[in-house]
Amino acid sequence: MTAWFVASAIGVLTACGVWLCLRARSFDVVLGLTLLTYAVNVFIFAMGRLAFNMPPIVRPGVPATLAHYADPLPQALVLTAIVISFAMTALVLTLAMKAYHVNGSDACDPPPTDKGAGTGAAPP
Amino acid sequence: MTAQWLIVPILLPLLMAPLLLLCERWHPRWQAPLALLSTLAVAIVAAGLVRMADTGTVGVYLLGNWQPPFGIVLVLDRLSALLLLLTAVVALASQIAAAPLAARGPHFHAFFQVQLAGLNGAFLTGDLFNLFVFFEVLLIASYALLLHDAKGRALRAGLHYVVINLVGSALFLIAASLFYGVVGTLNFADLAARLPQLAPQDAGLAQAAALLLLVVFGIKAALLPLGFWLPGTYGAAPGPVAALFAIMTKVGLYGIIRTSTLLFGAGTTALTGWGADAVFALGVVTMGFGAISALSSQRMGKLIGSLVLVSSGTLIAASTLGEPALAGALYYMVHSTLAIALLFLLAHSIGLQRGATADRFGDGPAVTQPVLLGLLFVFAAAAVAGLPPLGGFIGKALMLSATINTSVMAWFWGAVIGSGVLGIMVLARAGSRVFWNVNGAATVAPPMAPSALGGIAVLVLASLLWTALAAAAARYTADTALQLVQPHLYVDAVMRTAPVPAPAKEH
Repeated sequence: MTAWFVASAIGVLTACGVWLCLRARSFDVVLGLTLLTYAVNVFIFAMGRLAFNMPPIVRPGVPATLAHYADPLPQALVLTAIVISFAMTALVLTLAMKAYHVNGSDACDPPPTDKGAGTGAAPP
Repeated sequence: MTAQWLIVPILLPLLMAPLLLLCERWHPRWQAPLALLSTLAVAIVAAGLVRMADTGTVGVYLLGNWQPPFGIVLVLDRLSALLLLLTAVVALASQIAAAPLAARGPHFHAFFQVQLAGLNGAFLTGDLFNLFVFFEVLLIASYALLLHDAKGRALRAGLHYVVINLVGSALFLIAASLFYGVVGTLNFADLAARLPQLAPQDAGLAQAAALLLLVVFGIKAALLPLGFWLPGTYGAAPGPVAALFAIMTKVGLYGIIRTSTLLFGAGTTALTGWGADAVFALGVVTMGFGAISALSSQRMGKLIGSLVLVSSGTLIAASTLGEPALAGALYYMVHSTLAIALLFLLAHSIGLQRGATADRFGDGPAVTQPVLLGLLFVFAAAAVAGLPPLGGFIGKALMLSATINTSVMAWFWGAVIGSGVLGIMVLARAGSRVFWNVNGAATVAPPMAPSALGGIAVLVLASLLWTALAAAAARYTADTALQLVQPHLYVDAVMRTAPVPAPAKEH
């Protein structure tokens, strides 16, 4: 049952993230990326198998097998991934803000009338 | 003792970056020479590492002295060493040429060093998750370099580049954790050793992870249909930065070659040779798309970006065709990277001398130095298109001769020769329109700065050297390919490396 909840949480987060990433506004895309990284983080965590009431640190007297402990490696990986994705989100937010101020809209692609911007054609 | 040298190409630029930030604050004049010194030192170390790798032994450095496969290892084989040297040479040229650009905004040199550290780390690491970390390091620096002194159009292209790479990072994490979930390790050597013992019910998951990795590397290498972002982004990047980015697609190519030979190469696993046909087909389609995109380009920057696609497609297609073709592809890779970086630097210099027309193909003022720039352009165009007697021709000849009478000969020969002919056409048109279609407006632009000439000279020399030493270079790349198709060499070297014993305590 827990596995089902975790799996569907990952699925819903990914679906929402992908949908938002495909939108044409940079704010939505940033939100989508955030949701996507949440999904990925939970996924990494789940790849170490779901374990309850088990510490990831070896205690004296308990055999050091995964039957008695939670796998510590995915927990370390997920911490790294969280830090990196946090930094990347901050960066993409500043970038989106700057693009909004310079271009006057937060559209990811230039409007069709604005010829020079996306096609590489020449504005004089 | 010599294994310690493996960490230098990562550590040196990484330590230099904060030092350069301090320098920028208190002694701005020292910044550029110091950064150049650091890149030069990395180049010298990389040359030493090539010599070290050329003995045929796989160098292994255990970070933190952990017993493999625990902890992160750095591994140096012929392929890593070659790419390290190539990166250092391109970085040196780009950095020399970037002097005026660096002066126009803050922190350029620091980001450049971080980028160098990330690239070197990606080529050296022997751990899948660590590869992800180095990808992020080089990407976050590349975002900053791309947007250095950026205006409206570049900002938008930059946003596309950042978003597509962030999605790629998410997929990379899923792939890495899937591998950990089914195989229980992230160390390349350990993965290669354990994949043959994969339980049959897990084969599907491992295949999914392998495909996700291919998508991630495909984004980096601009493999179609994941490469549409590249011409626009590279075209919008400042010239010297775009020249450095010529090496970035090679990170994706490196990932594809490393995983396909080491993890999915020899032995009988669910992943052996899996999807190679599809990758070959995508490589050929990428070449075709790149050639068409080059034909339709209205700006020099976008044209060269499209040629990056052609080169990338050629390399990816050839890398799936077995050992002799891979050897030819590696020879071609070095020369085409140098030539494309050279074209980017030239396009930048040409653009600076054409006033408001910049690098667009339209009537504009004549360039100030038509003879010098024109001759250099002819040299670079011949190098990119693969005309004799330059190295591009030798590389293509090596790849083509390796595929004679194979089942894919018609496709591969057709694509390589066809895209080569289109490349010559496109570059000839670009040259005639830029140098000869002049509208008589007065030229007021200053001649090329010594820094721009210096950067170009480095690349021209490197390209000539790679051509002149073709016999030795082709021998090296042939040995590289031979080493790559024997993954047990890599696995044994890593798994048999013992940690350095702790010094005995004195009692």
